[in-house]
Amino acid sequence: MVRVMDPIQDRAGLERKLATTPYHVDRERAHIWIIDPDLCLQCERQQCIVCCPAACYTPLPDGRVKFSYEGCVECGTCRIVCFEFRNIAWTYPRGGFGVQYRYG
Amino acid sequence: MSQERVEVIVVGAGPAGVAAALTLARAGVEVVVLERGAYPGAKNVMGGILYRQPTEELVPGFWREAPLERAIVEQRYLLLTEEDALGVTYRTPAFGQPPYNAFSVLRAEWDRWFAQQAENAGALLATGVTVEDVLWEDGRIVGVRAGEQGELYADVVILADGANSLLAQKAGLTREWRPEEQALVAKELLRLSETEIERRFGVSAGHGVAIEAFGASTGGLLGYGFLYTNRDTVSVGTGALLSDLITHEVNVSDLLDRFKRHPAIAPLLEGAELVEYSAHLIPEGGWRALPTLFADGALVVGDAAGFVNPLSREGSNFAMISGKLAAETILEARAVGDFSAFALSRYWQKLEESFILPDLETIRNVTPFVHQRPYLLREYPEALTRAFQHYLTVDGTPKAQKYGTIIRELIRDLRPTRLLRDVLAGVFQLVR
Repeated sequence: MVRVMDPIQDRAGLERKLATTPYHVDRERAHIWIIDPDLCLQCERQQCIVCCPAACYTPLPDGRVKFSYEGCVECGTCRIVCFEFRNIAWTYPRGGFGVQYRYG
Repeated sequence: MSQERVEVIVVGAGPAGVAAALTLARAGVEVVVLERGAYPGAKNVMGGILYRQPTEELVPGFWREAPLERAIVEQRYLLLTEEDALGVTYRTPAFGQPPYNAFSVLRAEWDRWFAQQAENAGALLATGVTVEDVLWEDGRIVGVRAGEQGELYADVVILADGANSLLAQKAGLTREWRPEEQALVAKELLRLSETEIERRFGVSAGHGVAIEAFGASTGGLLGYGFLYTNRDTVSVGTGALLSDLITHEVNVSDLLDRFKRHPAIAPLLEGAELVEYSAHLIPEGGWRALPTLFADGALVVGDAAGFVNPLSREGSNFAMISGKLAAETILEARAVGDFSAFALSRYWQKLEESFILPDLETIRNVTPFVHQRPYLLREYPEALTRAFQHYLTVDGTPKAQKYGTIIRELIRDLRPTRLLRDVLAGVFQLVR
């Protein structure tokens, strides 16, 4: 399925918010990845894109899903909502890396 | 830390893990807390209201020195429609003076302070350590593996790794959460001056307000919003079950934007500058989704166990008290040198004797009850706000006629037979 509209109404606004979220990005290791990108073509709802509170998942023109781990807040939402295909490999970042809230 | 051994390993330096470590360290137990963040609190988010009484069970008089934001003296509950709001406010000066009832806190600061108390008592805190799995020997859990940092062995491992406890799953103590068992919250921390907060919310220095808003403020979706005043910031957020976000195809950040734009909320936030955006899961599966809480050589505490009361926004108190009870269980087990599941099953008894399991059982049907009746948070707020608008509008209509209209419309909108059915169902399902 190819998404006609981005389910995140204000993605640019969310990205501006995320600019305030502090990270210590691990450049050597992605802690989450899509196991089989082609499997996403069979996924009708692509709930990862809808639900991710950090806008890490974006619809691609060919119907696949683009994921970038750098802005991930490690909440676990994507793993739980991908219950139909279980197509997300989900681990925590290495110690000391990832989101690093100053206030929380 | 290759092949090293301690008495107890705690995974996670949140309120549950630290409460356990603090209790154990005070009793002279050799305890290590492994935290994957660079410091305690780096990964942690809550609304955040911290209750005084349960916290004092761990650190008596903490409020004299801990990093707290404001003492909450006023609670507002709002029922929202697209534009209107109907509310109840409770305020008491008693909550504004010692020993207080609750405080707003920021977790990065609070967690660090709380962990420091455990360190002062003799617990060892290792930050920047991501535990990947538990270690097994003869069917019992005997330690943890933390990647490059090696393996660590102990008599007992306390799983305090939070809402997303991958460790409890790997240890086979629980299954993957379902979307209807976890709520996702997005939160913004917004800066306002201290004096501006005190003026807008009508409180004096050091005092604060907690607002919780329910209803269809969100264009059809069952969500809730909160707004808590900190010293010179306000915490504003919205949360909804993942299953609802899926069904309604809505992102929680969009939901938060709608909440912030609501006419009853927007003026409170005007001109406030965003300091930090965060998001976190809240395990709301409760009684129905309880993991195995004790095993040979392991106990599960706090969010990892799903110890949350979403109705009364309690979580950190469940975490701290469950951590304390887990520690007390271990002390008893240590006295007889038996860390088997049988010996550690005392933890369940202690949870039953506390408020933790009774409260989870009390509210076990609430979420499904409300979920099966979406009109409770959609049609009812509409009907009630309309009634108030009629009642308060002076337009030359004779009162007898106006009251008649209000009653007729309420009967039409609240549908008495359905209401009666719901009341009966409520009595059977919700009251024990």
